[in-house]
Amino acid sequence: MLFLLMYLFIDLDASKIEGSQATAKQAAELLRSVISQQRLPQTHQATALISAVRAVGEKLIAANPVELAVGNIVRRVLHIIREEDLSLATAAIDGLELSAVSDDEDDVERDDYPVLSAAAVAAAARSTLRPPSLQTLLEDTPISAAIPHTSSSGGDSEGKSRSVDKSSRGRKLKHDVIEAVNELIQDISTCYEQIAEQAVEHIHQNEVILTLGSSKTVLEFLCAAKEKKRSFKVFVAEGAPRYQGHLLAKELAARGLQTTVITDSAVFAMISRVNMVIVGAHAVMANGGVIAPVGLNMVALAAQRHAVPFVVLAGSHKLCPLYPHNPEVLLNELRSPSELLDFGEFSDCMDSASGGSLHVVNPTFDYVPPKLVSLFITDTGGHNPSYMYRLIADYYSADDLVVKRRPATTS
Amino acid sequence: MSSILFLQSVVGLIVVLYPANGNSAVAESGKAALAKSKNQSSLKKDGPPVTSEVTIDKKSGNRPPEKERKKDAPPQRMQFDDQNRVGKAKRRALVNQTEAKNRVELFRHLPQYDHGSQLPNLESKLFQLDSVHPAVFKVGLRYMAGDISGVNARCTEMLRALQEAIIDYSTPPEKVLIRELTAKISSYISFINECRPLSISMGNAIRFVKRRIAKLPLSHTDVEAKTALCSDIDRFINEKIIIADKVIVGHASTKVRDGDVLLTYGLSCVVEMILLSAHDVGKKFRVVVVDSRPKLESQALLNRLIAKGLSCTYTHINAVSYIMHEVTKVFLGASAVLSNGTVLSRVGTACIAMVAHAFSVPVLICCEAFKFHERVLLDSICCNEIGDPGALATVPGRMDINYLENWTNEENLQLLNLMYDVTPSDYVSVIVTDHGMIPPTSVPVIVREYGQEHYLI
Repeated sequence: MLFLLMYLFIDLDASKIEGSQATAKQAAELLRSVISQQRLPQTHQATALISAVRAVGEKLIAANPVELAVGNIVRRVLHIIREEDLSLATAAIDGLELSAVSDDEDDVERDDYPVLSAAAVAAAARSTLRPPSLQTLLEDTPISAAIPHTSSSGGDSEGKSRSVDKSSRGRKLKHDVIEAVNELIQDISTCYEQIAEQAVEHIHQNEVILTLGSSKTVLEFLCAAKEKKRSFKVFVAEGAPRYQGHLLAKELAARGLQTTVITDSAVFAMISRVNMVIVGAHAVMANGGVIAPVGLNMVALAAQRHAVPFVVLAGSHKLCPLYPHNPEVLLNELRSPSELLDFGEFSDCMDSASGGSLHVVNPTFDYVPPKLVSLFITDTGGHNPSYMYRLIADYYSADDLVVKRRPATTS
Repeated sequence: MSSILFLQSVVGLIVVLYPANGNSAVAESGKAALAKSKNQSSLKKDGPPVTSEVTIDKKSGNRPPEKERKKDAPPQRMQFDDQNRVGKAKRRALVNQTEAKNRVELFRHLPQYDHGSQLPNLESKLFQLDSVHPAVFKVGLRYMAGDISGVNARCTEMLRALQEAIIDYSTPPEKVLIRELTAKISSYISFINECRPLSISMGNAIRFVKRRIAKLPLSHTDVEAKTALCSDIDRFINEKIIIADKVIVGHASTKVRDGDVLLTYGLSCVVEMILLSAHDVGKKFRVVVVDSRPKLESQALLNRLIAKGLSCTYTHINAVSYIMHEVTKVFLGASAVLSNGTVLSRVGTACIAMVAHAFSVPVLICCEAFKFHERVLLDSICCNEIGDPGALATVPGRMDINYLENWTNEENLQLLNLMYDVTPSDYVSVIVTDHGMIPPTSVPVIVREYGQEHYLI
């Protein structure tokens, strides 16, 4: 397992894994193996799981902070653990009630029933995760120490049943969590198909579509519309300095779509004849802003000027619960200048005595503010940028926004 | 490149050997015969409107100039999706062009030629094109090879070639100088147009030459007429280009302050002069040079600026949104400025102006007044120039980018290499010209007030 970790760190660090989908899948699989190998204590399994996942997740995020999909997956897994734990607790409460009812068939003990269930509920509630109270946050007392001893009523039989419940609950928790993580991996793998299914609703006959660079989501989207016998034309902007647009254009032409490759500088000239702009994203932030390949802010501004809808396709693993602050600098990566300039050409003029200084800027990402985006199409459907923050509540818990572990206190 | 140099030297030799005054009778009769055939061919050429204002102006060249103002509707331009016209033009064309495969549908009205075979084709015609003066041939060759780029350089070279052609011209007997010379000039211009489509503002220079010819008094002898014309052309180049540039530099340098970060795009000689003169005066500023494919012409500018000691930042056009937050002013050049205030310039200028507008950065367009034109354009598609699509397929210096190697085989794939684009007037803050600094709404005023009078000196 340690080897797996190491390889993933190295790959993330060197940005060798291309694409958020592959990164997200690998991260999810790694966390699944972490969970399955984690030995859980008798009580407070969820807390143990969470701290284990947090430890690994912190390192994963630190390896490549710009790759937001990793942080998203870590937070998703944490949320899954909390949810499974909560659902098991409520099931356990119901189970205890049921067992109480089945045991006490006599009406005589019915007046004890409410006391039993209340105590059982209290005990069950205490052993599940609690949102951190101010006291626990400040003192960092592990929640396990705060549990009082078993309630007075009930006695041994209850204690035995509870312990049996807890161990079975522990195994069940792991099992449920791993099942849910498997579902998550499945969702990540099939996000292309689910997004592509919506293509026919948005592309009509004889449309002209503009895109920049290359994105697998966009490719699948356009090909799905082509399958349904819509005929349309595509303008692909190159996407310097990586020129992924060439790849996409080749793919589209091979599949039978009329494609024209244009330079990035010609985007404003051509956009007056375009019906829709469809692009992929690197990450979607909580305010609806998009971290996209460089050049897309220019395209979005041109689309706004010509009232052309700007549609962003993103799988739900790209939705990040953080709000962007100064994203051009903090969430950006500057690549090597050799992609733009040949060093040999400029070395001689820079060496001369009166030569000035030369600074080459080659950013990877661009930030597109939410007011320029018309629509997000995710695997859960189409959404407005102003709605994206609600989806965060579905996928993430508020406690997990900061994945860093708090330093252990001396107490 | 070496083949072009060789050809240029050969053409130079021919210029020397070509008799200047045609004093000898043999030469005279030879030239008369040549001139007669030239006249017939040039008359035929003027039939279909191969080049726009060139032919219309020729027809009205003999009418008094006041009637020029009544011709308000723009003349017909050659539309390349009209099969009849294209056929006729091809039969009269001096340069054989082959249509490109994989033409872009949206641009069917513009010429899209196969660039690979153009230059060798023209070079092979070196000794066959008698009707074209060697200096004009040389300029056409250089245009096609891409040696000269930028409206100022192209205009200057073309006018110098016309000057030489005028010096070597002699009127055949029993013909009027004005009419013959105008016909000659029209034929040269159509040849140059075939080599590379004329830019809109070059039409202004040509119209100036034709009007000067039309205004020559009939009493002048050949020699007097030719010297008058040559001095007129010299004055045009001097006043409208060289001195105008100095005036523009003087105006614009006042706008550069210490601590400024100036952004420029493409290769504009005026902007380069502004930056260097501001640096010479001692102002402290930084320059951001933005470049784009496929020409990557800003690298030459970058080289020269660094050699002079300016501190520069270099980036590509996609990163403009990243860099714009630290820029204080944007200086751009223009190929032409149209009457609705829009600026026709290198493709990508509109994107830069748009992003600058979004970040509230002022955009200054620097161009000489002779580039103002009465034409109007709303978008970049109706009038443009299509360059070599093969230039998009390869990236020089990056061997790994070869996805589009066999793009001609894909029938669904087209490559589009636009040369110009049109920047809307609301993105432009001010236009710096030799008449001063004017807002884009004042352009039709300048065209109307100064356009006619300066030409009618």
